[in-house]
Amino acid sequence: MRRTARDAEDSARMINRRALLLGGAMSAMIAVLGVRMRYLQVDQADEFKLLAEENRINIRLIPPDRGLIYDRNGKIIADNEQNYRVVITREAAGDAELVLRRLAGVIPMTPEEVDRAIAEVTELRAFVPVTVAERLTWDDFSKVALNAPALPGVVPEVGLSRQYPLDRDFAHVVGYVGPVSEKDLEALESPDPLLKIPKFQIGKIGVEKWMEDTLRGSAGTKRIEVNSAGRVMRELERIEGVPGKDIRLTIDADVQNFAQARLGIESAAAVVVDVTNGDIICIASSPSFDPNLFVRGISYADYNILTEDDHRPLANKTVSGAYPPGSTFKMVTALAALEAGVITADSKVSCPGYIEFGERRFHCWKRAGHGTVNLARSLTESCDVFYYEVAQKVGIDKIAAMGRKLGLGQRFDIPMSAVTEGNMPDKAWKLERHKAEWRIGDTINASIGQGYVLTSPLQLAVMAARIASGRAVEPRLIRMINDQELPVPEAAALGLTPDMLLAVQEGMHDVVNAERGTARSSRIVDPTMILAGKTGTSQVRNISVAERASGVISNDDLPWNRRDHALFVGFAPYDNPRYSVSVVVEHGGGGSTAAAPIARDIILRAMSDGLPQLTAYPESQRARIETMLQELPLRDPVTGITPVKSRA
Amino acid sequence: MSFLEYRVKQVPTGLRKILFINWPLVVLITAVSSVGFLMLYSIAGGNIDTWARPQMERFGVGLVLMFIVAMVPIWFWRNMAGLAYIVSFLLLLVVEFFGDVGMGAQRWIDLGFIRLQPSEMMKFTLVMMLAAYYDWLDNKKTSRPAFVVIPVLMIVAPTILVLMQPNLGTSLMLIMAGGSVMFAAGVSLWYFAAIISIGVAAVAGVFLSRGTPWQFLHDYQYKRIDTFLDPTADPLGAGYNIIQAKIALGSGGWSGKGFMQGTQSRLNFLPEKHTDFIFTTLAEEFGFLGAFSLLALYSLIIAFCLVAAFQNRDRFSALLIVGVAANFFFYLAVNLSMVMGMAPVVGVPLPLLSYGGSAMMVLLVGFGLLQSAHVHRPR
Repeated sequence: MRRTARDAEDSARMINRRALLLGGAMSAMIAVLGVRMRYLQVDQADEFKLLAEENRINIRLIPPDRGLIYDRNGKIIADNEQNYRVVITREAAGDAELVLRRLAGVIPMTPEEVDRAIAEVTELRAFVPVTVAERLTWDDFSKVALNAPALPGVVPEVGLSRQYPLDRDFAHVVGYVGPVSEKDLEALESPDPLLKIPKFQIGKIGVEKWMEDTLRGSAGTKRIEVNSAGRVMRELERIEGVPGKDIRLTIDADVQNFAQARLGIESAAAVVVDVTNGDIICIASSPSFDPNLFVRGISYADYNILTEDDHRPLANKTVSGAYPPGSTFKMVTALAALEAGVITADSKVSCPGYIEFGERRFHCWKRAGHGTVNLARSLTESCDVFYYEVAQKVGIDKIAAMGRKLGLGQRFDIPMSAVTEGNMPDKAWKLERHKAEWRIGDTINASIGQGYVLTSPLQLAVMAARIASGRAVEPRLIRMINDQELPVPEAAALGLTPDMLLAVQEGMHDVVNAERGTARSSRIVDPTMILAGKTGTSQVRNISVAERASGVISNDDLPWNRRDHALFVGFAPYDNPRYSVSVVVEHGGGGSTAAAPIARDIILRAMSDGLPQLTAYPESQRARIETMLQELPLRDPVTGITPVKSRA
Repeated sequence: MSFLEYRVKQVPTGLRKILFINWPLVVLITAVSSVGFLMLYSIAGGNIDTWARPQMERFGVGLVLMFIVAMVPIWFWRNMAGLAYIVSFLLLLVVEFFGDVGMGAQRWIDLGFIRLQPSEMMKFTLVMMLAAYYDWLDNKKTSRPAFVVIPVLMIVAPTILVLMQPNLGTSLMLIMAGGSVMFAAGVSLWYFAAIISIGVAAVAGVFLSRGTPWQFLHDYQYKRIDTFLDPTADPLGAGYNIIQAKIALGSGGWSGKGFMQGTQSRLNFLPEKHTDFIFTTLAEEFGFLGAFSLLALYSLIIAFCLVAAFQNRDRFSALLIVGVAANFFFYLAVNLSMVMGMAPVVGVPLPLLSYGGSAMMVLLVGFGLLQSAHVHRPR
């Protein structure tokens, strides 16, 4: 708005007056600030200089003891071992180089280690302790203590570090710990401050990783005074942390050791599950590796050996391996058909050795055919054509539903790394994954566990447990936390009638025990431990028409990685099932020759107190079994040492 | 006198305007900012890329913005005042409901290249709005209750939003800067006496409400006040900042420990040493001489601003300049009182020195407005 000149003059005068007042107030405040500054920096300077020089308070974290891991009977799997190490401080040593050279004469140190230690000691400030040697034996450690007068500034120290006394047996299950990486930190929303302690170790794979929160515990703190150079002056207060909780697994370390030894040099996996409660009694993947190597920092050479091995020792085949189940899948197809009412236990199918479907011919493994086959015989002799015919009537969706009901195509919630879902295909899956319609040929392949069906050995063991019990047994790996038993929820019934289950169970009994059973040579004769099961041989290659015409090449004539996978699933004792077992031998050849004998030995070991009794085996095999058991590279119960057996 | 009566011909035009810019002020601002670059370089342990370089780049951009704003006639800015105020107010509402949460408080909008803090913008748009209001108002009506309530609402509305973020430091800043403009405009002193009494009552309310479900401040803010009153009570927790800051300051002594020799910041005893507590490092490394020189530089900036206000007979311009100067002053007064242990730690940066893009940019734009008022003043 327009103002008169008089108004404008008034206004300007008012603003000037008030601004002057404001300016005065500001000057006063600035003067106060100046005086305060002078008071702190000049008058009180000496006091604060003293504080800055000598009296700084720092908080240091005290790492908690990591929880221990035991097997189901309390045998230690992951231990915190006393780590004897030697630490040197330059200012106390005087001539650090001389002292270190003397030290090298007392304990085993390579010249490179000595040079590295000298470099490190001279680089850091005089009062900083430097670790020059770790993991000494008690003898070397006491030698250092004995020679203390000649070694000024050298202090023998004891710390804790992770150790796995059962080395190879639990490498895949328990995993190992290692230093915290940048990636580990980034993965966490608000990382525990403990993780930032140099050299702090956390679980990298397996139970160590997935139970990290339980095992780690929480940090204690100590308040210390530090001077201006960072030297610790004194400890003011100490609050102890909470140690991590101990874990007891469901695994029996002795059975695990036996299974690992029995799998030997094969690329294979074996799982034993307690049918009554889902406890995983053994879960062995072979070949294995020594997790202690990773804790100490594995060398490139050692690591390359592990990664370049075509038997993949680093892979945990029991849960990460996804294999076509082959004929071990036939129980699924059979139960689906029984439930759908397509067949009864007595239905018969004629097997001419193949069926023709459109242009394609689907072969039975037995070229001449099985003749007329019922359900029991189709399992006993593993007739493929029976399932080709039945599956077409049931349809893939019902088969897939039965597969899922029995534990296939799903990820079990167990604390292990890279647990696979496997694959239980149906029409919707193929449409989504391959953008294609499901074909009858796919159903025919799936009916005998080939094609798109993939299962892990753990899933197969659970499947066997569910068939044996008729209940939806859930596998579990953790039995107790801090001596507190974890509750086992009652497994729900599968909703299959006893008749259906019995029909399939009888078939599995005959596979192992009947005259014409495919696994007859792997039977158990002890009437209290009768084994029932199913063999499987799954192709990893396509057999061409030409090859079929000239005769299928035998496994022995193929290179190792083209041979069939050998599988066996089973349970025992037949009349009162306690354990289920699954064995997969990669490229092992036939399930009846490569997988079934291993499965029998392992499940027998689980049912026995010690090594399996020879009386459980058929008489004709006893001599051979006795030698085999004696030669098994089992861990010595006293020394804990495993005889090393290398692959030829 | 209002710009309508300017003898417009006497206002410089075109590039000649550059000659009429208040150059001493530009030099002073650059000098203070350069001290900041030096300190940021030192705090990063001699690494220029950590904080110093980005800060220099932002200063460069801010300086260019300042000149652009200064070149635009002040009457344009006067006409924009209402719009600018409404836009910042709306942006405040946006952060309140959609903003990112940083350091436990919801304060900015992420535009990708810069994090916009509407509360920072509001500091100057509020001053513009109030100056424009008093320019419009007949000066005889200045102290009438109805015309006092209007600017009070203009101040209170954004303050409440900022307080809800929660950002105690900036909301205080808004009240004090707005109050200064009202004071300069000539509002009766009785109102200020009344407001101060109410303020005292509010403080009492804040303390009395503590522990009840409807307490005014966050627990961490109460804790800061507690430890301000007695920092030794919790030397490792909340009192840590103040104790360590005072040690850094005091141990600097008369002439300091030397550039890049501050042990407090070197050994990481100082918290937020590159942002709110940057002054402590300066005081530690350059001592009382350095710290006092900086205070002198700051005083000169304020003095030049106030002189510019005296020179300017346009009501809007003069009030705007007073507002910008008051803003700048309260920033540094609160920050310095805070690090010297005279006020609670409320999270106010030291203007031109503390690391942070948004504050630096907005401050320079504010100075741009001041320069525009100066260049286009009636002669």
